[in-house]
Formats: sequence, C-alpha cells, structure tokens
Amino acid sequence: MRALREKLSEIYENLGLPRIIIIGFFIVLLIAAVPLGLSVPNLLGDAIRRWAMYGILVLAMVPAVECGINLNFGISLGIVAGLLGSTTAIEMGIPNPWTSLFAAMAIGVLVAIPLGIGYGILLNRVKGSEMTVSTYVGFSVVAFMNLVWLSLPFKSGTLIWPLGGRGMRNTISLASSFGGVLNNFLGVQIGDPTQGLYVPTGLILFFMAACVVVWLFLRSKTGLAMSAAGSNPMFARASGINVDMMRILGTTISTALGAIGIITYSQSYGFLQLYNAPLMMGFHCVAAVLIGGATVRSAKISHAIIGTFLFQGILAVALPVANKLLPGTNLADVMRIIISNGIILYALSKTKEGS
Amino acid sequence: MDNFKDKVFNLLNENKVVVLFIVLCIGAIYVSGDPLTFVVRELFARIGRNGFMVLSLLIPILAGMGLNFGITIGAIAAQVALFWVVYWGFTGIEGFLLTVAMATPIAMLFGWLVGKLFNTMKGAEMIAGMILGYFADGLYQLFFLFIIGGVIPVVNETLIIRGGVGVKNTIDLTGNLKYALDTVSMLSLAKIGFWVLIAILGLRLVLRLTRKLEGPLTSDLLLLIGAVAIYGLIQVPAIEGFLATDRLLLLDGVIIAAVALAAWQVWRIVSNKIIRRDEDFSIWGPLAIIAACVVGYLLTYVDYVREILVFVEIPVATYLCIVLLCVFNNMLLRTKLGQDMRTVGHSRVVANVAGIDVDRTRIIAMMLSTVLACWGQLIYLQNMGTFATYAAHTQVSLFAIAALLVGGASIQKATNTQAILGVILFHTLFIVAPQAGTQLFKNPQLGEYFRVFVAYGVIAVSLAMHAWETRPKQVVPIKVEEKPEVGVAGGTSEGE
Repeated sequence: MRALREKLSEIYENLGLPRIIIIGFFIVLLIAAVPLGLSVPNLLGDAIRRWAMYGILVLAMVPAVECGINLNFGISLGIVAGLLGSTTAIEMGIPNPWTSLFAAMAIGVLVAIPLGIGYGILLNRVKGSEMTVSTYVGFSVVAFMNLVWLSLPFKSGTLIWPLGGRGMRNTISLASSFGGVLNNFLGVQIGDPTQGLYVPTGLILFFMAACVVVWLFLRSKTGLAMSAAGSNPMFARASGINVDMMRILGTTISTALGAIGIITYSQSYGFLQLYNAPLMMGFHCVAAVLIGGATVRSAKISHAIIGTFLFQGILAVALPVANKLLPGTNLADVMRIIISNGIILYALSKTKEGS
Repeated sequence: MDNFKDKVFNLLNENKVVVLFIVLCIGAIYVSGDPLTFVVRELFARIGRNGFMVLSLLIPILAGMGLNFGITIGAIAAQVALFWVVYWGFTGIEGFLLTVAMATPIAMLFGWLVGKLFNTMKGAEMIAGMILGYFADGLYQLFFLFIIGGVIPVVNETLIIRGGVGVKNTIDLTGNLKYALDTVSMLSLAKIGFWVLIAILGLRLVLRLTRKLEGPLTSDLLLLIGAVAIYGLIQVPAIEGFLATDRLLLLDGVIIAAVALAAWQVWRIVSNKIIRRDEDFSIWGPLAIIAACVVGYLLTYVDYVREILVFVEIPVATYLCIVLLCVFNNMLLRTKLGQDMRTVGHSRVVANVAGIDVDRTRIIAMMLSTVLACWGQLIYLQNMGTFATYAAHTQVSLFAIAALLVGGASIQKATNTQAILGVILFHTLFIVAPQAGTQLFKNPQLGEYFRVFVAYGVIAVSLAMHAWETRPKQVVPIKVEEKPEVGVAGGTSEGE
C-alpha cells in the first residue's frame, strides 16, 4: 500500500498538476463522446490524423530545447520558409504530386537553413532571454512575410487573387499540387467511410521517419555534443565543444524541421494558409511538447510524440463534443487557448531564470 | 567646434530610433499626400485615446520589470466592469465614474496576482507577461462567451447573443458611455479643481490647528486667494461661455500653452535670480524657452499653420487625465516608494541589502501599472464609442509598447516625454501608412501590413538590443590552449 502511494506521488511529481488535469480531461472527453452519440472510431481517426499532421512541427522543438535555446517560439521562421517553398513549388506547376511535395520541401529547407543560421547567431547574442526575443522575432517575421506575400510576382492562378487582384490568396488550395499525397499513401479505411476510422499510413510513416532521423542525429557524436552544450554549456566548453556553434546547429535543424513540418501539415489540411495564420502556431507547438513532459531545458522525442497526441487529441475530441453540448460556439477554441497558454505559463514558472 | 560636432553626433546617436521614425513619418506623410489638417486631427484624437495607456507602462520599467506585456490584464478588468455598467444602463459621466470605481478594485486584484506570479519568475517577466496576456484572454473569452448568460443569468437582447448565452461581438456605447469623459466641460473641470484645492487647504488648516504641520501660512493664503480669484473669474459670462464647451480649439490650446509656459519661465527667472539670488542659475535656458514660445505664438499667424490649428479640437478632460498621469509619474519619483522602485530596478540585491522589501515593491509597481492600464482602456473605449468585446484588449500591449519604444524608450529607462513622443510618431505612421501604400504600390493593404510589421519589428529589435547589452557577464575564464576558439569572451553562463 505504502509502495503504491509512493509510486503515485512519484508519478504526480513527474507529471505535475497541469498534465494530470489535461490527461484527465482527455479521458473525460472520450467518455463523454459515447453518450453524446459520437462515433469513437471516427474521433480517434481524427485524433490520429491531427497527431501526425502537427507532429513534425512539434518535433522541431526537440533540437531547439536540446541545444540550449529553450522553447523555440520563433518556429514561425521555419514555417514561413516552408510556405515559401510550397508556393514556389506550386508556381513551378509540377504535375506529379510527389515531385511537387519534395520540391516544396527541398526549397523550404534551402530557405530555412540560412534563416536558421542567422537566427542562431542572433540567439547566441541574446543568451538568457532567448524566449522573449524569439517570440517577437517570430511575430516580426510573420508580419514581414505579409508584405512579401502581397508583393511576390507569382503568376499561377491557384496562388494569386482572381480578377487582377494583387498578391497571394489567404488560403491556397493544394488540390492540384500535393494536397493529401502523404495522407492517401497506403491509407487504410477501417469501417464505413462516415463513421469509421481512417488511418493515414503515409503521413504516420513520414512522421515516424522524421522522428527516427532526429533520434539518430541526437545519438550521433554531434548530437550528443549538442545536447551537452545545451544542458551544461560550461562543462561542454571545458570538454572542447564549441557551444555557440552547437546552438546554431540546433536552431538551424529546428528551423528546417519547421519548414518540413508546415508542408506536412498543409498537405494534410489540403490548403496553404498564408498571412497571419502562422502567427500563433509556435505557441501551439510549444504547448504540445510541454504537455508531453518536456521542460524549458530538456525535451525528448517521446515528449513530442506523446504531447502532440494529447494536445491534438483533446482538440479533435473536444470540438465535436463541445458542438454537441453547446452548438454554434467555439468552446473548443477557448479551451485550446487556455490549455496551451496555461501549460506554457506553468513550465515557465517552474524554471528559475535570472536570479 | 569639434565639441559641438561631437555633441550633435552623440545626440543623434542616442536618439537614432526617434530620428529614424521622424524621417519615416515625414516621408510617409509626404508620399501619402494626405492633407496635414487630416493627419493632425487624427493624431490628436489618437493621442487622447492612447496616451494614457502608453504612460501606464512607465512604472514597471522603473521597477526593473521591463515592458509590461501584462497591461492586457488591466484592459480586461476595464472591459469586465464596462460590460456590467452598460448592462445596468448607467450613462454619461456618472456611468463612467461608476465603471472606474468598479474596474479599479478588479484591476488591483489582477495586478496583485500578476505581481505575485512575476515574483516567482524574476528575470522572465516579459515572456511571462506575454503568455499571461494570452492565457487571460482565454479566461476572458470563457467568461464572456459561456459564463455570462450561461451561469450568471443575464437577459438583454442588445447585448447577449440570441439563445441567451454569451455576449455579442460588439457593444455599441453610443448613448451611454461614448464620449462620457471627453464631453466633461472645462467649466466643470475648473469647479472640480477649485473644490479639490479648497478641500486640500482645509485639510492643511486642520493639520495646522492640531500642530501636525508647521511653517508659515503665506503660501496657503496666496493659493487660496488665487483660487478664489479664478473662481470669481469663471463667473464672468464671457469666460464662462468659453469654458462651458468640452473641446478646446487647438489654436486656443497652443496660445494658452505658450503663454503658460512663458509665464512659468519668467517665474523661474524671477524666483531664482531676484528672490533667491542663485548665482549658478543660468537664465539662458528659460530665455530660450520663452523665445520658443514667442516663435510658436507668431507661427499661429501663418495662414497654413492657422488652418491646421483651427481644424483640430482636443477633448480637454481626457488630455487633463494624461497630463495628471505625467505629473503623477514624476511625483512618484520623489517619494520613498518611487526611490525604492528605482533601487529595485537597478539591482534587487542592493535593494534587499538596503532593507527594501523587493517583492512588495514589485507587486505595488504591477498593481499601479495594471490599474492605470485599466483606466487607459476605459478612456480608449469611451472615445472609440464601440466596444469590440473579443478584440479590444488583444492588441493593447503590442501597440502601446511599440509606441513607447518608437519614442526612444528602452527596457530599463522610459520617460513621459518619450511616451508622448512615441505616441505621436507611431500613430502618425499608423494614420498615413495605408494611403502611403496606395500611392507607392497601388495597394493600401501593403501599408497596413507595413505598420503592423513596424510594431512587431520595433519590439523585436528593442528586446534583442536589450538582451544583447545586458546578457550575463560572469564569464568563467577557462583556458583551453589547444582550442583557441573556445575561450571567447562574453560567452554563455547559463549553468545554474
């Protein structure tokens, strides 16, 4: 009995109150869905789709935290790089969805790498306040890209406003390029199409592959050096690791993953969202990895996987449940704001920064 | 001569942000082709609307807590009170004062909670304030969308979404609180000022009688005579007629300001040179200001300037509030509390050694800022006349902080002047940017996005500059001879 209690209190210590509330909330939502007449397989399918869809964006947090720049609120940098890659790929008018997808990713990563290096150099200059700076750097980049989206001389009909309008549309359909190409690859429909569970196998495989790559990298010599630089810079420097270089590396990888992440997200969603859409996306990614058990100073790949599933799972289930309970309201949206910012605030209050 | 050159260079270098934005504003006004009458009128409306909010940021900067991104929470307190006052049907200045009376305790409570939270995360107040703002926004939405009408019964067809749960997107303040403060006439203000002065003098008299206050009575008597004379003066029909309005023509405002400023400088010269015979006092400074006043007055006779000045009216009561807040910010510095805040801002360790209760001082700073931000939001909303229930508070911290920084303030130091200058520059840019975008690129949207980018960009640059300059200095010298790139100075010291 005593051992059990100790075990429970240990779990409580490890999880922290907010996470227990979130897990409890998820379970309650799932249970509530049954009497409300919602199809649980359907909800679960939705949760899985959203999990894999957001997964890589959240995964991008891991190298950032590990290399010591803390939570990367500036992931919007990678996101806009990915969007730039996608729009360029569409402009090129590649008919094959796979080629189009990989072209988008290649261009996105190519844009993300110099951006990430510059961003890493900046963050090396502002050690100790990375999160404060990166939040507003992220916002500024999104605001700056608003100007770019309006001015890019793209011609493709799917990109620009019809009838001679100037600039690109707010949402761009991916139906004619790479929309759903990963989702539908080896996709399996379990049960009937409206009530059943659809497994987007290709999307999950891609997410898992990304996780494995990052995992391998973190186990490599460079990866271990990077983690050391992040967790104990003084010790790392004493052992001959170039800490600043490692931080730039981690930031760049995070930014590149952000670019790949948003492309994966968009192909699943079916649309590219430009302008202010990526403004708060960084916050959701940060919240997800924190829910998974990460802290400001350490994050594992498992945190990203679990956290994304819990966070997106809650949203996937909460939306229809809230709509059944209080039709026509955005209760789920409000819950998302409270949960995501609440968990970030909790994580920040747990780290003693400054004095 | 070289000395002068250096001085000018230093001045420009120290104020490079301001200089940049002055150039940007002038360029944007020129390109946009907007008539100056329009720009100036819009600008003065916006100073009245936003000035108070920007000034509410100063106290936390003094206390070393950086830019208070948590003013969103003050705005939320204001909006909660505003909703109930509108729902109960109060109108006019009474309604406004009731809103203030109701919002202030809420804001104090919120400010206390924020201060408590910030004390647990010292050094990370800014990021915490940002996230806290978003978190509070979530709770606010929960309250306004589901609790009002859902838990608390509220029945009102114009305010509540059909179905009875949740507040509508916009609340029209026309007919209840719109211009509630702006329309308080100068006459009422003068009368209120008179009675407040009488009350203060009476209090001092009581204190004198009970021997708690010593000193000659002359200054009090002089004040009383002055006050009564002014009170008598406002009974004169001509002056009463002038004061009965609530808006002051900018032309009159400029003349009054010039005369008042000149009179004050004359008083300074007289008191320092003739009465106290202060040898160190230089009369050139005051004389220069008097000359500037004269030039300013003469400028009002230039047709072009006059045309603008006649076109603009300022709401006196609102501007008075802003001036009072400036005075309050200055007075605070002379009190023990203000000095404590400054010490805490410089170094918490030193403050602690000096016996200052650091945590308490920081909490007070947050409470003051939150309450002031709350009032600022009320001033803003009564001037706007429409209350966007779910949007009015979301951009508050972004625009207020950007304005302050544009005025040349930094994260450690900000003054009233910088705040006001910042509001002027930032909002000039806001007024002309869409039109400038249209003229330059045939696209008004571009101008709008540009001004938002400026707001975010200026904050990002300031935060980065601040972090750059103040990053931890305690570099542990580790000599690693084989790897020369390792022992770079100014490196990290993040290890706990």
